Amino acid sequence: MNKHHVVGQRLAALFFFGMLVFNYPLLSLVNVDGMVGGVPVLYAYLFVSWVAFVGLMAVIVERK
Amino acid sequence: MSNRTRPRRVLIVDDEPNIVISLEFLMQQAGYDVHVARTGEEAVELIQRLEPDLVLLDIMLPGIDGFEICRWVRENPAWDKVKIIMLTAKGRDVDIAKGFALGADAYITKPFSTKDLMAEVERVLEQA
Amino acid sequence: MLQPWVIALVALGYIGVLFAIAYYGDRRVTAGRSLINNPYVYALSLAVYCTAWTFYGSVGRAATTGVGFLPIYVGPTLMAALWWFVLRKIIRISKVNRITSIADFIASRYGKSTLLGSMVTLVAVVGIIPYIALQLKAVSISFTLLWHFPDLSLPPINTIPVLRDTGFYVALMMAAFAILFGTRHLDATEHHEGLVVAIAFESVIKLVAFLAVGVFVTYGVYNGFGDIFTQAAARPELRRLFTFGDSAHAFENWFWLTVLSMMAIMFLPRQFQMAVVENVNERHLNTAIWLFPLYLILINIFVLPIALAGRLTVSGPDVNADMFVLLMPMIKGNELLALFTFIGGLSAATGMIIVETVALSTMVSNDLLMPLLLRTKVLRPSEHQDLPSLLLLIRRAAILFIVLLGYLYFRLTGEALSLVSIGLISFAAVAQFAPAIIGGIYWKGGTRLGAVVGLVSGFLVWAYTLPVPSLVQAGWLEGNFVEQGPFGITWLRPYTLFGLSGLDPVTHSLFWSMVANIGGYLVASLIGPQSVIEHRQASLFVDVFKQVRRGEHIRLWRGTTSVPDIQNLLERFVGRRRARAALAEYARERGVTSVEELEADSELVDFAERLLAGTIGAASARVAIATVVTEEPLSIEQVIHMLDEASQVIAYSRQLEQKSHELEAVTAELRAANERLKELDRLKDEFISTVTHELRTPLTSIRAMAEILYDHPELDTNRRAQFLGIILKESERLSRLINQVLDFAKLESGMFEWHVSEVNLRSVVEEAVASTEHLFRERNVRLRVVVPAHVPTVEADHDRLVQVMFNLLSNAAKFAQDWVEVRLTLQGDVVRVDVSDNGPGISPEEQELIFEKFRQLSRGTRNRPQGTGLGLPISRHIVEHLGGRLWVESTPGAGATFSFILPVMVSEGAIAPVGVQSS
Repeated sequence: MNKHHVVGQRLAALFFFGMLVFNYPLLSLVNVDGMVGGVPVLYAYLFVSWVAFVGLMAVIVERK
Repeated sequence: MSNRTRPRRVLIVDDEPNIVISLEFLMQQAGYDVHVARTGEEAVELIQRLEPDLVLLDIMLPGIDGFEICRWVRENPAWDKVKIIMLTAKGRDVDIAKGFALGADAYITKPFSTKDLMAEVERVLEQA
Repeated sequence: MLQPWVIALVALGYIGVLFAIAYYGDRRVTAGRSLINNPYVYALSLAVYCTAWTFYGSVGRAATTGVGFLPIYVGPTLMAALWWFVLRKIIRISKVNRITSIADFIASRYGKSTLLGSMVTLVAVVGIIPYIALQLKAVSISFTLLWHFPDLSLPPINTIPVLRDTGFYVALMMAAFAILFGTRHLDATEHHEGLVVAIAFESVIKLVAFLAVGVFVTYGVYNGFGDIFTQAAARPELRRLFTFGDSAHAFENWFWLTVLSMMAIMFLPRQFQMAVVENVNERHLNTAIWLFPLYLILINIFVLPIALAGRLTVSGPDVNADMFVLLMPMIKGNELLALFTFIGGLSAATGMIIVETVALSTMVSNDLLMPLLLRTKVLRPSEHQDLPSLLLLIRRAAILFIVLLGYLYFRLTGEALSLVSIGLISFAAVAQFAPAIIGGIYWKGGTRLGAVVGLVSGFLVWAYTLPVPSLVQAGWLEGNFVEQGPFGITWLRPYTLFGLSGLDPVTHSLFWSMVANIGGYLVASLIGPQSVIEHRQASLFVDVFKQVRRGEHIRLWRGTTSVPDIQNLLERFVGRRRARAALAEYARERGVTSVEELEADSELVDFAERLLAGTIGAASARVAIATVVTEEPLSIEQVIHMLDEASQVIAYSRQLEQKSHELEAVTAELRAANERLKELDRLKDEFISTVTHELRTPLTSIRAMAEILYDHPELDTNRRAQFLGIILKESERLSRLINQVLDFAKLESGMFEWHVSEVNLRSVVEEAVASTEHLFRERNVRLRVVVPAHVPTVEADHDRLVQVMFNLLSNAAKFAQDWVEVRLTLQGDVVRVDVSDNGPGISPEEQELIFEKFRQLSRGTRNRPQGTGLGLPISRHIVEHLGGRLWVESTPGAGATFSFILPVMVSEGAIAPVGVQSS
């Protein structure tokens, strides 16, 4: 029960963090005409954040 | 009565002065070397010092009680030859059984017949 | 060059495999080894979210708007984090209430309203039909493209004769699949195992196919991501796609699309079907929370590379960017991969069609047609015996109808719109469910009226701002109101309502429809009162996690019915066998042996309604139940009364609980009393043993001395006198002891004789001193007596008080070093007597013990005092009986003082308190 509660709180926090990461104004910071590692900066940012977000969810939910 | 060179040594342990007087008289009459202890502590001290042949032991004593003294004597192999007669007003079967269990040689309940007492004392001392 | 028959054969083969898998899945259930009781299958089945839109449309959107395709997947990812709360709650509610669809959910929440249920169904059907059309269109185009290649200029899709259109056949086959595997059971809450397994399989196929194309294009055609991006960067029109561009509203559009897809992932009928209705275990959600978003990432990695590669490779006005996925392998001559890609697209489309039609058909049959049937006289259950077959027939017909409607829509609209924009219109439609559902599970105040008003206004605004103008632009509606506004009113122009411009149409529509929807929901909810059933359902939904078990909530229901009526009703709707089995099970739960013994009470009605709800939906179940139950309408007063009763029941059970606590306490007391009795018994035993011992001790001396005197006549006179003296003393001791034991026994049993009179304590003290004088003299102890001249009288037993004084004095004499003092003082209304000695004193622990029977203290003297051990207990008994108190104060080493007090006898005149006079 307690663990359930903690997981819920972490996921909620992660959600708000995600809303921040995937929206204006943070997105405007990476909305630049440039490449990083052969990939446009904006795409690199989006996909890296995305993978990190999903990874964190997995860690939060599956950690015993 | 005895061919021995020194008279048998008897220690009377009781806190009732009038009983002590009667026992002392009886033992002296029988020719024993009589000593008296009125408390448990005193009895312990005298047993160590005198190594009596016989202890007439009351149970209800101030301080260390008769059962304790009996156990203590029997725990020390050096005093195997010390005979113990429990002499007490505690006449319940459990008390008697306890006395024998702790290594008493005889158990006489108060009030006692003087003849029975003397016979028992002699019998116990004969075994030695 | 792929022959059309090859493509058709492969497609047919794939669909055949799908049927086989579904069949196998259903067979496994019969064998008791479910395939869907598995978190991975559950997560994969949720990927039904990725349809032909994702498979083909994303690339098309990326090729034209760049990042614009991503919010549709970022939104659900963010939402997944909230599934922990929201989806879990919806699943729990649906399981508890046997919810069959999203329409059922909303209807059930707002008082089992048939109106709401049918409205939600209509909105869903209207909103989803274009979406189904989109799938058929994708299949149709991809097939034609594959067939016509390398001719990229396709004939307009809707000019192909229907009977030669793959889309048509796929539509029919999907309808067949949905009918076969989606309507196997009558109970819509039962899981469609085969169907779910097939959908999970399709999710794997479409992902693998898409990744295959992605890898082929990125690493086969180009040299990795860097190569594609570098080449694209060289072309300004492609480089533009790397950023949001200069549009002032790009971020707003992004945000609103994210929000839109967050709602879509929850409230699309097919997502609700897979995530909620087909969920077999709440725990599967845990895996889905991260696995499903991971799936979304994987299927999106190659979207932009493929889009850019398409733009770099193909050009021309005829080219449909939506088909880049299929075109790339074809252009590069990999026909096998092209075929596989086609299958991937097919799997994406069919998965969506199957689940969506099953979900919609349940809604159409349970929430649209069933209420109509139940309200129409001819079709009433009593007139129609084989309802289960009718229900299944309705559902199957609905599936076919919906699929064909989708096909019709596709034929009519043709190529006017891209895949993504059709999809987004549907998203915006189902988003209209969000306020009623989210509000409904967290806010008890949401009312039926609120939900209706919100849904209607949201839907109207949606219709006006999205599909209507798109139909106008497609040429299906006359007029120029899109540009000019209706009747020339410019602020009502559908794409710039109230002058709000700059947003793209979907964002614009979503914003205004949500304003209308949420606003309507809140305002109407706050205006109108809730009916009783609305209130009940509201707390049932909102407090779902607080309900410990079924049947615990208060039933706000009153009516009359009979068990046979209920049984008949159930048999008609769910079939004779199932109804009987369910009732028998229910009877067993209630602890009765047969159905006949059941009581037709509110619980039975509730049970029947739930059972029906699983088949025909909550709202219809309520209507059906109403045909056999004469329900008394409840007034607010009655509701309050029932709530009162319920609270009385609660209070009563609390009382019971308290009673049982009291009983426990009494039991504990009894046990303690028993222990005490045993203890007393033991004490009595000990008392007798001690008394015997005490009696034997003097007797021993007497007998020994007597025998010595008898056996030794020769003893000298002094000795003789000494021994005789001992005999006398011990005899006295013996008789004193016997008297005391008798006294004590009498005192304890209350049979002591008291001779109470006016007593002068002075004379008591003097008498006791006189009788103990010899003791003091013997021991050489000085005795001092301090008594005032005048001593008030006390009411007491003279002889007993002398006995007390005697005991105290003889004790003092025994222990004193050399002096004892007796002091009598008057203290207010008591007389106090102190007997002090300068003996060894008594330790604090022993100060109470000495008042217990046979507790004698040696107090350090070498000789055991000649006492009986009963003197002090008896003395205390006496003093206390006479209304006084006896105690000891002592400091070890500094003597002891025994004291007692007795109340002074009050003379007649002194009794009345001064100043009080009776009048």
